[in-house]
Amino acid sequence: MEAAAGGGCGSGPPLLSESEQQCYSELFARCAGAASGGPGPGHPETSRVASGAATAAAGPVADLFRASQLPAETLHQITELCGAKRVGYFGPTQFYVALKLIAAVQSGLPVRIESIKCELPLPRFMMSKNDGEMRFGNPAELHGSKVQIPYLTTEKNSFKRTDDEEKQETQSPTMSPFASPPSSPPHYQRVPLSHGYSKLRSSTEQMHPVPYEGRQPLVQPEGPSSGGPGTKPLRHQASLIRSFSVERELQDNSSSYPDEPWRITEEQREYYVNQFRSLQPDPSSFISGSVAKNFFTKSKLSIPELSYIWELSDADCDGALTLPEFCAAFHLIVARKNGYPLPEGLPPTLQPEYLQAAFPKPKWDCALFDSYSESMPTNQQARDLNRMEKTSVKDMADFPVPTQDVTGDDKQALKSTLNEAVPKDVPEDPATKSGLLPPPPALPPRPCPSQSEQVSEAELPSQLNRAPSQAAESSPAKKDVPHSQPPSKPIRRKFRPENQSAESQEPSTTISGPASGASVKPHPTVQKQSSKQKKAIQTAIRKNKEANAVLARLNSELQQQLKEVHQERIALENQLEQLRPVTVL
Amino acid sequence: MAVCIMVIVKENYPFYVRSIPVENELKFHSVVHTSLDLVDEKISAMGKALVDQRGLCPGLLYPTEDYKVYGYVTNSKVKFVTLVDSSNTAHRDNEICSMFWKLHNSYTDVTCNPFPNPGDRIRPRVFDNMVTSLMTQVC
Repeated sequence: MEAAAGGGCGSGPPLLSESEQQCYSELFARCAGAASGGPGPGHPETSRVASGAATAAAGPVADLFRASQLPAETLHQITELCGAKRVGYFGPTQFYVALKLIAAVQSGLPVRIESIKCELPLPRFMMSKNDGEMRFGNPAELHGSKVQIPYLTTEKNSFKRTDDEEKQETQSPTMSPFASPPSSPPHYQRVPLSHGYSKLRSSTEQMHPVPYEGRQPLVQPEGPSSGGPGTKPLRHQASLIRSFSVERELQDNSSSYPDEPWRITEEQREYYVNQFRSLQPDPSSFISGSVAKNFFTKSKLSIPELSYIWELSDADCDGALTLPEFCAAFHLIVARKNGYPLPEGLPPTLQPEYLQAAFPKPKWDCALFDSYSESMPTNQQARDLNRMEKTSVKDMADFPVPTQDVTGDDKQALKSTLNEAVPKDVPEDPATKSGLLPPPPALPPRPCPSQSEQVSEAELPSQLNRAPSQAAESSPAKKDVPHSQPPSKPIRRKFRPENQSAESQEPSTTISGPASGASVKPHPTVQKQSSKQKKAIQTAIRKNKEANAVLARLNSELQQQLKEVHQERIALENQLEQLRPVTVL
Repeated sequence: MAVCIMVIVKENYPFYVRSIPVENELKFHSVVHTSLDLVDEKISAMGKALVDQRGLCPGLLYPTEDYKVYGYVTNSKVKFVTLVDSSNTAHRDNEICSMFWKLHNSYTDVTCNPFPNPGDRIRPRVFDNMVTSLMTQVC
């Protein structure tokens, strides 16, 4: 079977030796299996690989090439030479040529077609076996950390670690096939290869997290653009997406469909359904094309990709998406964002009939999602989509729960600053005292603008602030409440600059009386007042900084939204051009 | 056998071109462009009486020495023009019209995609495949 596959493209790259054929076809099967879920868990003996219709996805192939530890430029050259750029995908021929080129470069030959005409050692089985091992080792890594840098380092580590032992194994097999192809060297070879197979088989089960993981570097850099809070839910989401993929593996191992990446899990299904409901309350009717377009455009995929996804998912071509179609489209978008290349045709697990059969319509009355959808209006969703989160449901569900609490507190605190409610100072005061700072020297009446900022922030639609303030609040959550209070004191001071000592002290003394009870004497009031002032100023400074940060984030998000609105406007104008009222010829 | 199929939008530029011997595309462009006038003429001549539910099919527009040009107009003034090899004289108007109807159907499927597709029309592969099948089948 593999010989057939190798022989089929034997006309392209000249004369793959048997070991090369096996190795390459195994690698190809792995890369192709990663993308289209063709040949099951890495088992290379399925006919689908050799059917020639399989193409290796760019993602796993890129990973593989990178694992060969060649510089990026060389890899580019190789990709061009092997013709993948020309045809746009890695078919068997291109893939094999690329592997030969990699072997050539690793042997020190220049990157040219002629290089592969000569006898070459196999392209460092370390690429394949260590790849398998690396991928096997990675999922263990995945469950733990949330950072992708360890991915690269562990790749290198495992690479180096196993390199030596692999080399011993591989050197001898490489020599023998070149001598002659008797039956014994292939057997001998098959031993290390079967070793690799077993690893592969177990590793390809877990392989899907790898493309996810590998794509995190692509996904993550867009995170910081939305600011600090963006990265927090993003990382959370990254880990959750990984956990999804792992769950998906576990689910798929028991299913008959090999298309792991195209299977919709239960949580995802609920999330999609929820989104559908937000766009269109009636679950059994359609989402019109324009509505869906707006929604999917927020996912920031390119328009040709979106139109391709639409083409795949709108099975009845009616210009509207029913619920299963919507779920399929959403799922394709999620997959694409995670780096999976789009399939050639709608996978069977995403067909509308399958989706309708697998997931019956109910679950509308899931209380959690009801409250969720109510509390998250469209612009909030827009914001979340902007952050590119087709995140997990859990992540989204996290949003309302903590933010409601925190914003409740925050609002309360801010209202109290407005009213200068006295009792609020009570729990507040000891907190500020305990939040001790080294007293700063200056005493400008700055806190006033900070308080007005706080007020204006509170007045902004709470939903708008919920997302940015969520991180702002979740980190200094405890401090926010006390810190909102100090502006009241400096304000009082500002209004009555002369009577600072007496008047500000009086209320604070009366308040702090029951609380602290130590600062009632007028004599130490001067000292205490200055230290209090300093503390207050420090807290006010901190509050200002937080407010600044929040506003900066808000600003950047609004900028993004503005950009998108501009783009939408341009697109709409284009459409208008095309759809000008039909006039007579 | 249909040698070339073109879809021309209301503004009279080709939206989609597909021809089998690809090197003659330029020639086909000019032929189709000149035949647009004929389409207009025939449509205005036919008037509203013959508006079919599936679109106007003026049929044979112009026989040249090499090709015959057939045209078809949709309701939204999108024109389909096809060039058929003159050696194949067994075609009748009905066959051509049915071919155009199929083309029209898959064209509407394509336009249902709400995502704007500014210049690049090759993405809708279904349309492409259908066109290819039509072109080879009409022989």
